[in-house]
Amino acid sequence: MNNLYFIIPELFISLSVMALLVLGVFKNNSSKIIFYFSCLIILVSLAINLNINIAQTIFLFNNSYLVDQLSLFIKSIIMISAFFVMLCSYNYVRINNILKIEYPILILCSLLGMLVMISSNDLIVFYIGLELQSLALYVLASFNRDNILSSESGLKYFVLSALSSGLLLYGCSLIYGFSNSTNFNEISQNFNFEYGVIFGMVFVIVGLAFKISAVPFHMWAPDVYQGSPTSVTVLFAILPKIAALTVFIKFLYGPFINLFEEWQAIIIFLSIASMILGAVAAIGQKNLKRLIAYSSISHMGYALAGLTTGTNQGIQSSIIYLIIYLIMNLAFFSCLFMLKRKDKFYENIEDLSGLSKKHPILALSFLIILFSLAGIPPLAGFFAKFYIFMAVIQKEMYFLAIIGLLATVIAAFYYLRVIKIIYFDPEQEKFDTSMSLGLKLTLILSTSAILMYFLNPNFLNKYITNILVI
Amino acid sequence: MFPILSSLIILPLIGSLFLIFIRSSEKNTSLKYVALFITFANFFLSIYLWKIFDPSISTFQFVENRIWIEGFINYKVGIDGISILFVILTTFITPICVISVNSTITYRLKEFLIAILIMETLMIGVFCSLDLVIFYLFFEGGLIPMFLIIGIWGGNRRVYSAFKFFLFTLVGSVLMLVAIIAIYWISGTTDVEKLYELGIQEEYQKLLWLAFFSSFAVKTPMWPVHTWLPDAHVEAPTAGSVLLAAILLKMAGYGFIRFSVGLFPLASIYFVPLVYSLSLIAIIYTSLVALMQEDMKKLIAYSSVAHMGFVTLGIFTFTQQGIEGSIFQMISHGLISAALFLSVGVVYDRLKTRQIKDFSGLVNIMPKYAIVMMIFTLGALGLPGTSGFIGEFLVLMGTFKKSIITAAIASVGVILGAAYMLWLYKRIVFGNLLKTIDVKKMLDLNKYETVILSSLAILIIVFGFYPEPLIKTYATSIDNFINTLNIPTELSLTEKIK
Repeated sequence: MNNLYFIIPELFISLSVMALLVLGVFKNNSSKIIFYFSCLIILVSLAINLNINIAQTIFLFNNSYLVDQLSLFIKSIIMISAFFVMLCSYNYVRINNILKIEYPILILCSLLGMLVMISSNDLIVFYIGLELQSLALYVLASFNRDNILSSESGLKYFVLSALSSGLLLYGCSLIYGFSNSTNFNEISQNFNFEYGVIFGMVFVIVGLAFKISAVPFHMWAPDVYQGSPTSVTVLFAILPKIAALTVFIKFLYGPFINLFEEWQAIIIFLSIASMILGAVAAIGQKNLKRLIAYSSISHMGYALAGLTTGTNQGIQSSIIYLIIYLIMNLAFFSCLFMLKRKDKFYENIEDLSGLSKKHPILALSFLIILFSLAGIPPLAGFFAKFYIFMAVIQKEMYFLAIIGLLATVIAAFYYLRVIKIIYFDPEQEKFDTSMSLGLKLTLILSTSAILMYFLNPNFLNKYITNILVI
Repeated sequence: MFPILSSLIILPLIGSLFLIFIRSSEKNTSLKYVALFITFANFFLSIYLWKIFDPSISTFQFVENRIWIEGFINYKVGIDGISILFVILTTFITPICVISVNSTITYRLKEFLIAILIMETLMIGVFCSLDLVIFYLFFEGGLIPMFLIIGIWGGNRRVYSAFKFFLFTLVGSVLMLVAIIAIYWISGTTDVEKLYELGIQEEYQKLLWLAFFSSFAVKTPMWPVHTWLPDAHVEAPTAGSVLLAAILLKMAGYGFIRFSVGLFPLASIYFVPLVYSLSLIAIIYTSLVALMQEDMKKLIAYSSVAHMGFVTLGIFTFTQQGIEGSIFQMISHGLISAALFLSVGVVYDRLKTRQIKDFSGLVNIMPKYAIVMMIFTLGALGLPGTSGFIGEFLVLMGTFKKSIITAAIASVGVILGAAYMLWLYKRIVFGNLLKTIDVKKMLDLNKYETVILSSLAILIIVFGFYPEPLIKTYATSIDNFINTLNIPTELSLTEKIK
């Protein structure tokens, strides 16, 4: 029973999913209620999660599950962002006729998978969590089944993701074969320097790199981002990235810490390739969702750069980067949800033309978010990059730092292009102004967080410095 | 103690918040009055600061030190004799920009005034900050409002110019960011005062110097990265050009003194030949380019590059005269270039053209304009009795001590400067009145323009005859600054005069 205390959030979510399914089956037209219930469930499990206090790392179920500061913190972050994602996307979901009972339930399933994944301390548990979240996301990607793009993106994501899962499983089996265990602790204890383990590690890294869409495993991202309903794209952009990157940290600094020199080179490559490709490929994009897909590829490159350092500071900077990244994305997509005219949502860059004349506040939010994404001080995006480069330069990796910063200049170009269209181009017809309260709230909170971050940077650091991974 | 520097920095920001809540309409003049009130309050506050500033102390004064990021960066501001003049220049130029808005900005006035006020906050912050990271925040933050000022209210090719301005500056600055972080890990602090004491090991200095140089050289601008300046100036609205020329360029000159020379003296000496040659190219080449310009604003923009060449030349002589001259040249150029851009704005507002060939014989219909324009022209070419002379003269004097050839070549630039400025004046003011000019439109200066331009003209002449108040303010600081660099110094000019 003692074990169960620490996994109450997971238990609560899984029980609620079943209850909601039953409710959905027996009650007609219950999709709206289920949506609200799901939001409530996320909030309740968040409250439970915040109440769990631990002094040291706790291992559960024969060491196959672990609860520590890092996992608790990331779980809270994921639940908060899941809540806001649902809050801001409600109108979009309703208007596009994808508000079915399965929709919120699938989001809960995927959330549950992520929580399991983050806490896993065993290859098998990890894989179960990963697949639970991925399977739910495949269905969500193709949820707008009357739309050909949506179906295509779901299929594409499924096929490519299955491939990467296969690679991941192959890597896991190699690791098991050479170290006689699936448990993370035992893998690092039984460690002997064999090529089998290195191969296994490479495969695992590839599988995870796919999930965070790091170059060269990024091909799915632009199509899936564009094709999926925007309410699902915002999920893709935020939740799996946080979960997968946390697992990245746990893998690299847990079972594979002895192979630091080997994986450092791989991560540096992934990081540089993502930063540059994300910056260059976004220049020609016409669709805002595709643009943000490439932008998130390049952002993942920066987050990975923090992991290459092998220091606590590096890991903390990556986590700060992730949090600021998720706030910026939440803000960006909230703006996207506001581009609505007579129940039709717009997502091309040209649709923003001259936005600043009719919608000065929305345009100002876009301005703040885009400059923050570009990393211009004094907005939050600058500090995210600043911490990363602090950590990178501490280890004297000047090459990585200079490449990364030059990539921000290239990236600044396409963010500026969007700003140019918003502010300098001729105006268009007015968009709807009546927005749901949840959407407004999300936008105001996230944008003011970006704008005001510089007033008190300690606020975030205070939580992060408690998390010591190594 | 009353945090006077922080109030200087924050006041315009608060003003811009006020403006957000004022309803904007075409006829609403309260916007302008609020902005004017705020900027004037800031100006008087800075004058008060000058009054209570003690020029005989060489260390930083009015220092405020607060923890910002725990155990890492402090919010530290303070001024010495070098920076106080730039603060006053900023607070003086900004109200002028706000007044000039009257005739130049016809749409989205509220946003423009907000951008100008935010710019003022950032510019004052640059000159006050005593921490490298804080400096970087202010320095880079200025890109956002300036990008919008050029892009929204600019001319035909405004988008191209705004992008060029933004990306050029950003490329230079990101390298400076790498250097700042590297300094933190080398020395354990980004506090400028502490870094002055600690010094930076010689082995790192050259690379760090180059990284800082890349940022300041773009902003100065030095040849060959000056190309963004003519574009940005030509396309920016008058107030934007004034801010750019009068203050933004001075940030780089100030950065050269405070950071490049102050933090890396050995590397600075090592790179003197590089700086000298780039400065000379800037002085000679851009003066020649300025001679051939057909657009008035472009001509003045190129002349700015040439004048800033004198500034960099003077700084890297490491002599008292050279650095004093550079600072004087920056202040004087801040006044003169602002005045010239405003003068161009005056005729542009009336005829909507900036081509030199479209103007001739303006003296016949605009006598007041001809008078102030003459003062500015003479100031720009460095006639004795204007502030332009003192700066150039001191710089050349400092340079003569170090390298006679360099000084001789730089002196040619003075002649070229006289050539393009006088020729410009001759072509637009003298001669016969062109028939294409609509006399009804070409009215003489209105009262706003008279106030702005005559106040600038008076300052240019006053400082030309009586530079003492400026020189006295910074003499001790520079004296001390050079002594701590461990480079032998000569008697300062003020002492010689005595």
